Amino acid sequence: MLPFGVIRENRIVLGEDVALWAMAPPWAVSVTLAAVVAGLAMGLVRSRQWLRFAGSLVGVGGIVLTLTIGARALLADAGELARVSPAIGFWLLLLALLLLMADALSAMRPGPGARFAILVGLLGAFGALLGSGALMDLSVMQEYAGRAASFWTAAQRHVALAIGSLAAAALVGFPLGILCHRRAKARGAVLPVLSLLQTIPSLAMFGLMIPILSWVGASVPGARAIGIAGIGFAPAFLALFLYSLLPVVSNTVAGLGTLPPATLEAATGMGMTTRQRLMRVELPLALPVILAAIRIVLVQNIGLAVIAGLIGGGGFGTFVFQGLNQTATDLILLGALPTVLMAIVAGVLMDICVDLTRRAPKGAAP
Amino acid sequence: MIEIDALTKVYGDTTAVDAVSLTVDTATITAVVGTSGSGKTTLLRMINRLVEPTSGSVRINGEPAGEMAPHLLRRRIGYAIQGHGLFPHHSVARNIGAVPRLLGWSRSDIRARVDELLTLFDMEPASFRDRFPHELSGGQQQRVGVARALASRPDLMLMDEPFGALDPIIRARAQDDLRQIQRKLGSTIMLVTHDMEEAIRLGDKVAVMDDGRLLQYAPPAEIVADPATDFVADLIGDTERPMRFLSLVPVSEIVEDGPADGTAIDSGASLRDALSASLWTDREALPVTRDGTVVGRVTLEAIRARAARAS
Repeated sequence: MLPFGVIRENRIVLGEDVALWAMAPPWAVSVTLAAVVAGLAMGLVRSRQWLRFAGSLVGVGGIVLTLTIGARALLADAGELARVSPAIGFWLLLLALLLLMADALSAMRPGPGARFAILVGLLGAFGALLGSGALMDLSVMQEYAGRAASFWTAAQRHVALAIGSLAAAALVGFPLGILCHRRAKARGAVLPVLSLLQTIPSLAMFGLMIPILSWVGASVPGARAIGIAGIGFAPAFLALFLYSLLPVVSNTVAGLGTLPPATLEAATGMGMTTRQRLMRVELPLALPVILAAIRIVLVQNIGLAVIAGLIGGGGFGTFVFQGLNQTATDLILLGALPTVLMAIVAGVLMDICVDLTRRAPKGAAP
Repeated sequence: MIEIDALTKVYGDTTAVDAVSLTVDTATITAVVGTSGSGKTTLLRMINRLVEPTSGSVRINGEPAGEMAPHLLRRRIGYAIQGHGLFPHHSVARNIGAVPRLLGWSRSDIRARVDELLTLFDMEPASFRDRFPHELSGGQQQRVGVARALASRPDLMLMDEPFGALDPIIRARAQDDLRQIQRKLGSTIMLVTHDMEEAIRLGDKVAVMDDGRLLQYAPPAEIVADPATDFVADLIGDTERPMRFLSLVPVSEIVEDGPADGTAIDSGASLRDALSASLWTDREALPVTRDGTVVGRVTLEAIRARAARAS
């Protein structure tokens, strides 16, 4: 049987595996086992998707119960620097249950409103769990407790990097995409360059920004005053911006390129100016494809922004690289877990937006 | 009135439209017919300047089209195309109201006009106004497309294969609708089609085009009776000619005194309909009525004589 938890004397030494039944008092272990078995059994009922969804919740509740109770019990008998973290057994069970949840949800095909409600519900439950302090005995949370202030600064910085670079890419990318749509020559020049940028490995891209922006910071008057330097926020922001451009531009071109020709001819033929046609007909019709690009870029940027930590750009990457340097797995997780969560939430929210724009023609008022 | 003078369009080495001159009189329909590649669509699109002419000129009600801003010119001319080109993200009401909105009509005027047009096309405003194009049948989409072209009460209309995507039964009905509405509103229409039958049925005058040139421009009866070239004759179709001719002549032209039995035919019906009725019911003569009263008869012999004289 795979270990369920790990206890270590301090944050760096190799830990000692703890099996499920040694983790917590027998009653808690039995409840957990019952919950997991019941949850997985409910997951087997293929015809009732809500039952499978409920099963995954029951199972997750079960394993979290033993983890929290077990962490407290184990720490009570150990030294002051001791830590408890979930081990492979916990993660595998969690993965299986989350897969079940995702599968049940996708089979239920909830509408945009329902999906938003489920997202808020799950986040609320998770937030309540964190807020209750039940997880405070886990090692990741102990890392958090020592860094609460810098954690939230990093979170803000991470959002600013991921969303700010996307906003800048959208601001530049939409006009560029429209230009590429209208002029084949521009398309031939712009898209290969952006594709080339996209192929630069992310570490190299962030590294390349250092000499370029150092030079800009040193030689352009005033550049240093607004924070442009070889390391820090500016190079990270610029690298993410460059990565975001290709999806935004190419999807704008693709979205505009697939519109029905008769509709466009009718728009021009009835006397719309080029601008009216763009704003009233072309962009609204291309919106679902363009939003799909924004979704890709947002999720990609949230992940890539981790690398900003390497060049002093801030964000959750700071914890990941500190953790790597100190071989402190818990610190790595403190950076990685919120990044993953943020990416998932952003992806779900954007999917809801895409669905809403696709649905608009059916429900909208005239 | 549309006056076209030596209008020419050259693309590289090919001349799509070669010095075409013709005049579409006010309150008439001109049907331009030709095979694909004949230049008929290019000719039409040069009138509202979707295509800029290489040389020649167009005058709309006396004003040179080349001197107006293209988008302002287009707002004055109704434009309906094959596959309707409706805006999929707008309701029926917004589609029909598109040009009035460009022209800055008030909200209430637009709404009243939309309802008026939907009623004109036999579509109950309350149930159709808020639907979206994908919720309509093909025939309804096409009617909304024509209604949109009519929305700002343009005195000119350009139509490019407006009925091309419809099945034959709905097409005949749509053609009748267009004829009626055109008479009621007194619109001037130039319509492009590849279908000689449609051209003869709808056109006050028919223009036959081939390879960029205008081969013949005449009333349908003259086109059928006296095709200018072999190509025009081919387009009419040899075996179809007598029938096409009969379909153009109303019964009233050969009505004569005398007895006849059975179901009567209206004096406004075509000789083709009369021939069909007499063959189907095996009668030598049919009673003819006008406004419900019998005014005489039409005989199979007279129809035959009329058809023979045409060829």
